Amino acid sequence: MDTVPHIEVRDLSMAYGDFIVQSGLDFVVNKGDIFIVMGGNGCGKTTLMRALVGLQKPVAGSVLYSGEDFWNAAADEQQRLKRRLGILFQGGALWSSLTLAENVALPIAEYTGLPQARVEEIVAFKLALVGLAGCEDLYPAELSGGMKKRAGLARAMALDPEILVIDEPSSGLDPLTARRLDELIVELRDSLGTTIVVVTHELASILSIGNNSIYLDSESRRMIATGHPQDALKNGHPKVRHFLTRGGTK
Amino acid sequence: MGGAAAWRLALRPGESDDCGTLFIDLGGRWRIDPGLPAPEILKEKLDASIRRVCIDADGLTDWDTALLGFVAGIGKICAERGIALDDSGLPPGARRLLAMARAVPEQKLTGRHAGAPGLFAQAGIATLEFIRGAPQMLGFLGEVVLSLLRLLSGRARFRARDLWLEIEEVGPRALPIVSVISFLVGLILAYLGADQLKLVGAQIFIADLVAIGMVREVGALMTGIIIAGRTGAAFAAQLGTMQVNEEIDAYKALGISAIDFLVLPRMLALMLMVPLLTLYSGFIGMLAGLLVSVTIFDIGVFEYYTETLRALEFKQFAVGLSKGTVYGAMIAFAGCLRGMQCGRSAEAVGHAATSAVVTAILLITIAASIMTVVYYQLGI
Repeated sequence: MDTVPHIEVRDLSMAYGDFIVQSGLDFVVNKGDIFIVMGGNGCGKTTLMRALVGLQKPVAGSVLYSGEDFWNAAADEQQRLKRRLGILFQGGALWSSLTLAENVALPIAEYTGLPQARVEEIVAFKLALVGLAGCEDLYPAELSGGMKKRAGLARAMALDPEILVIDEPSSGLDPLTARRLDELIVELRDSLGTTIVVVTHELASILSIGNNSIYLDSESRRMIATGHPQDALKNGHPKVRHFLTRGGTK
Repeated sequence: MGGAAAWRLALRPGESDDCGTLFIDLGGRWRIDPGLPAPEILKEKLDASIRRVCIDADGLTDWDTALLGFVAGIGKICAERGIALDDSGLPPGARRLLAMARAVPEQKLTGRHAGAPGLFAQAGIATLEFIRGAPQMLGFLGEVVLSLLRLLSGRARFRARDLWLEIEEVGPRALPIVSVISFLVGLILAYLGADQLKLVGAQIFIADLVAIGMVREVGALMTGIIIAGRTGAAFAAQLGTMQVNEEIDAYKALGISAIDFLVLPRMLALMLMVPLLTLYSGFIGMLAGLLVSVTIFDIGVFEYYTETLRALEFKQFAVGLSKGTVYGAMIAFAGCLRGMQCGRSAEAVGHAATSAVVTAILLITIAASIMTVVYYQLGI
């Protein structure tokens, strides 16, 4: 795979009031990467995700999508960039007043103006892809945690985004469901060439699907660049190896 | 306590060789129990001569973490006074658990509960919060106005079904409570008025009082306050829960306006239904007035009817309806604002609902005062 930078993060700092969550983040996600953002609880993984997808303005630095600076762009430019992103939130974040089919259909209807019948076709296929065929008319409240995640993934993929950002894909899922979700993520990258950013602390996922990664350190509030998770495990920064072995190294 | 199952504790100063050591003999069953001694019991026995405390647990038959809490407390007292503590007499499991509890030093994280501020500090914090909240409120107002403008130009998108659901929830389902309150208020108005008007023999003007009072002012006010409590709070709770579930973020991340999708249908529903409920409330109030007049004050039904018709001009309805519309907008604004501002916890949702009702009633009061004065000055 040739390496074309897809997302560039330059000297990014995020804060809540006076509290600096992470500062000086600097990394590149290449096209077709499954890029893992890892780190312990409270290290700022989710905050970084929110800064990437345009939900929380960083206090400094920039996020570039194929060279276009998101946070310094005009509002309609930002809107256009957002359309290239798909996001799976931690709890699925399905719209509770809409059925699953409507959840997946809404972004498509909003952005494409396709006729109803075509939209329904696409929705049915996306739901089938995540293993939820026939669940079109269920409401989010009627789903289990794993189903919500998968439905959230179907919605995130609704517009076939170039970049998929996934927050904690396997948290709260049983190991088999988590693994199926991981396989689906890899398959999306392999078949559609989607660039995928996964925010997680699940070791099994990190080591099995990631091909590049950064580690956010919660003590220094800075990142430790790591590269391929398997390399990081063998000869990375001691802190990262400590993390990847559940504290098995000193 | 008593029998073999009870806890035993003895504090015994060491003799000869062990001079300067205090022995703590633990025995029996140390399981969680309100009767267990507090570690402070040690303080009485600690004097300047004691350099070391030694725990002897040979007689211990059974224990749980209540014992560990006691020992940890003793450890703290000893550490404060620089006395060595020898806990090697404890069962190995207990010592391992104590070691784990000591492994991570006490953290100086105060969280958000850094002690309750004093009265003045609280007043200051509340004032600052209000001042900080003002730009947010104005920002939200601006977004809602923009969204309404988009609606007028046909570019705002929301689902018609949402609007119908809200209209049904806000309108027909509120009829029972609006009926009850309006009837009561009409009754009270009629009684109060009749009592005074009787003095000058002008009871027939009860009809005027009740009709104008209900249609112009009280109907809208009562409906506004009922809907603020009933629907304003519901809006805040719904949007607040969506905020907790990241549903609002999901709209924003897709670049879909959450204001168009969530706030607009609620706003429209209230702006349509509150004026209608105001009319209904006025009608029920007049019925109550009629009932009182006919049964208590011997006024004929037809007399009351014609007097009411004479009193009611179109402008009274216009005033009532305009107030209802404004109150409806205020309630939806307050409910949606507080919902969108909601934090990410169950407590925050409750707070949003409370705050929505308070804000709505405050806004209604301000609007009512301004409109009453303006209409009076304009001679409407």
